Amino acid sequence: MSVSSSTPGVNDFVIKLANVNGTGSASANGLLMKAIFRMGIPVSGKNFFPSNIQGLPTWYEIRVSGDGHLCRSGRVDIMVAMNAQTYAQDLAELSSGGYLIYDSTWPRARQLSRDDVQVLGIPLAKLCNEHFDNVRSRILLKNVAYVGALAALLELDLEVIRGLLAETFASKPKLIEPNMQAIALGFDYARENFECPLPMRCEAMDKTSGNVMIDGNTAAALGCLYAGATVGAWYPITPSTSLMDAFKTFCERYRKNEESGERNYCIVQAEDELAAIGMVIGAGWCGARAFTPTSGPGISLMSEFIGFAYYTEIPAVIFDVQRVGPSTGMPTRTQQCDIMTCAYASHGDTRHVLLFPANPRECFELAVQAFDLAERLQTPVFVLSDLDIGMNDWMCPLLTWDESYRPDRGKVLDKEAVEKLEAFYRYMDVDGDGICARTLPGTHPRGAYFVRGSGHNNFGRYTEDAGEYQEVVDRLLTKFDTAAELVPAPVQIGDANEIGIISIGSCDGAVLEATERLSAQGINVDYLRVLAFPFGKAVTDFIDSHARIFVVEQNRDAQLKNLLLMETETPREKLVSVLNYSGLPMDCRCVIEGVTAALKQGAAA
Amino acid sequence: MSYISKPKVGKLGLKPNGIGLTLRDYEGGMSTLCAGCGHDSITAALIQAYFEMDIPPHRVAKVSGIGCSSKTPAYFLSSAHGLNSVHGRMPSVVTGACAANRDLYYVGVSGDGDSLSIGMGQFAHAMRRNLNMVYVIENNGVYGLTKGQFSASADVGSQAKKGEVNQQAPIDPVLAGLAIGGTFIARAFSGDKEQLVPLIKAAIAHDGFALLDVLSPCVTFNDHETSTKSYSHTRAYSHPAIHTDFIAPAAHIRAAYDHGEAMPVMMHDGSQVILRKIDKDYDPTSRSAAFAYLEQRRKRGEIVTGLLYINEEQKEMHAIAGSAETPLVDIPYEDLCPGGTTLRDILGRYA
Repeated sequence: MSVSSSTPGVNDFVIKLANVNGTGSASANGLLMKAIFRMGIPVSGKNFFPSNIQGLPTWYEIRVSGDGHLCRSGRVDIMVAMNAQTYAQDLAELSSGGYLIYDSTWPRARQLSRDDVQVLGIPLAKLCNEHFDNVRSRILLKNVAYVGALAALLELDLEVIRGLLAETFASKPKLIEPNMQAIALGFDYARENFECPLPMRCEAMDKTSGNVMIDGNTAAALGCLYAGATVGAWYPITPSTSLMDAFKTFCERYRKNEESGERNYCIVQAEDELAAIGMVIGAGWCGARAFTPTSGPGISLMSEFIGFAYYTEIPAVIFDVQRVGPSTGMPTRTQQCDIMTCAYASHGDTRHVLLFPANPRECFELAVQAFDLAERLQTPVFVLSDLDIGMNDWMCPLLTWDESYRPDRGKVLDKEAVEKLEAFYRYMDVDGDGICARTLPGTHPRGAYFVRGSGHNNFGRYTEDAGEYQEVVDRLLTKFDTAAELVPAPVQIGDANEIGIISIGSCDGAVLEATERLSAQGINVDYLRVLAFPFGKAVTDFIDSHARIFVVEQNRDAQLKNLLLMETETPREKLVSVLNYSGLPMDCRCVIEGVTAALKQGAAA
Repeated sequence: MSYISKPKVGKLGLKPNGIGLTLRDYEGGMSTLCAGCGHDSITAALIQAYFEMDIPPHRVAKVSGIGCSSKTPAYFLSSAHGLNSVHGRMPSVVTGACAANRDLYYVGVSGDGDSLSIGMGQFAHAMRRNLNMVYVIENNGVYGLTKGQFSASADVGSQAKKGEVNQQAPIDPVLAGLAIGGTFIARAFSGDKEQLVPLIKAAIAHDGFALLDVLSPCVTFNDHETSTKSYSHTRAYSHPAIHTDFIAPAAHIRAAYDHGEAMPVMMHDGSQVILRKIDKDYDPTSRSAAFAYLEQRRKRGEIVTGLLYINEEQKEMHAIAGSAETPLVDIPYEDLCPGGTTLRDILGRYA
């Protein structure tokens, strides 16, 4: 595979679109990206949006990469500057040799120019005002018109665009023609006034078949649907909201009896996150597969209950779609900043099972596994996604379903099983794996027990006895050891080098591309991506077999690195951090620069 | 919390109920509350009510928060699953449990601290959802386990044991319940079992959120002369507005009621609640009337008791949500998973 060059070219460039939020640009930008995807060219889109409904700047960055690199490259080759407010900033961000497209209906300040880029003015507003009567249409279609201009400049397939518009407006076919007219306005203007195509353009390939463009929250919602989750409790919070929205949409379609209208699910919009997790725990206690999607602030609020569920051993699935903290932080920007919070959420001695998806496909698969692990281990399980994965559309292999899958309900005694017992004791570890059998409310009078967050012994009875208390919390550690064997193993690429990279979640694309580029510079590294906490043997083996390890993650405090130091016997000096905590998805340059700088420093020392 | 199990005495001589169980089968562990605590009387009334209604104990789920009141689910129905949750959060646990299994009888036991301070939000929202449960507030005006601080239900002018006088207005769960839109709102006194047992039964039969605010004196921290939540004060100022008789579904109505004074309310399970008005003008189906009456009596320093408001028309949580009649926990996985072919169809939109 060729290494992505630093100069743009055919099927290898970045378009950034600067818009004002609330003007309908999102659907136009989505159309542009999907058209490239349908032409068989790998593509990814990142939405940088404000915490606002209307009027603030928003950007959409599309990377076209025939080589299949899906992270940000750090370049901007074409800037579509539709927002006068950010024009200067957008012009400055454009890479040398790039193109700036702007709406030339209004004059552009003369000082806003650069010698090393080309500026293409298209009177988008004027064209739309002349062709469309309705005021709202004029605003919306202006965005579609720049897609038309890009279609000419990039040689996009107009039939693909028409097909996409037909799909989008299947229920409102009257809208197809005005949209195609807007495409034609931009397309024709570009053809007539500029040299088309640009050196950076699209050429149809066959590298996207068998893939879908989907966001992680939708994929996670599908995971919940397929895992058989029946109870969802939540409190709206960006960037997790679309997970429950999607779950509800799927349930309305696939969990509703067509004749009776009865729903085989129950979604409760809670009064806050404290209540949301309480509901999940109540439902888990009764034997339903229940989940809550949230983000960092929600985890803080849920913490007391999370410790309760850990200690009383009640299954719960929590999706933390991470965003920038602390406090309200930057709620529409991405980070991996809740790793430590989730690993030890709650007061007292607690530790939790975490899963780290890197893309929507893994959101789907790990969602299903999260329910199995939660019920098998009778404990809260966290799926740590982030805004980048959750809310951006990712190209990923088609999600598939194994029809033989059946939920692992764990050690649950039914009525017949209880009847065979002389007595039932809730916290008796019969199998030695730290996991005790439970019964569900309503099953059998002899299976009844009293769940309490206060001290309890093996029999499930109240205790303040030192020995009895310790016996239970020590068994929870045994259970955590069992968890280490049950959680998904890390993904490892290469094992022959002295230098290793350990990373997590949405850093994956940047690390993959960086390893290729580093290799081209003669720096060969192995790569291990952790999929779960507790870490397990594969992670410690990787650390042990490498002389030096870079830990790549997206937070200021090196949370993954510190968790590795706390939970393994690794010497502190062996792990070197490469961090990005800007709130923007990590780009591969960050990894390359971090690794090369550290190696240089090491060589000098 | 009780860790002392009560010796089970044989059934000899004890009258069985309709499902062949005796009162003993509805008991729980030994209470560890102070001798004379009002909460123990409420526990006894709960035992009596479930026993008389022939409800299999294991079909009940008991949930509580934190505090003296919240310990009590360990003292009744030992054959029922119980969950002593975190402070003020019992309602959310019941919401989730009920979402998962709508066939169980849910009873939540809380206190004035647990419901009216830390748990005010969840208390209000469970009522707003009309969650199908019995919600008992064992109301004594003080924090017992932390040794005698005022709670949010303490009356203005009530004096703490150490002398401090409360000056903040109390939160009255009954008035709050009326304002929020509760569908079954009752107040009782732990010392009046005659009144309490039928109220609990009616609450169990109610299809929705049934609030029972039970004044339950704290003998250790709030039973002195200058307290307004003491046994003597409650007895002296208690004013029953309405008497409640509970008639099981199949039972024959034997008592005769004066026309105009007795008001039968048909419950969803076929049972009937007969409300006998003590004040002729009182209308327990009118929220505004209940409000006006309670406010008028409060000004006189009276504590109005009885089933003060009832609305059997409002749908409970599952009826609003359109949930399946079958509890969600009993629906087989095969009916929940749409299958691989459907997944391919769904993903068609993302290709």
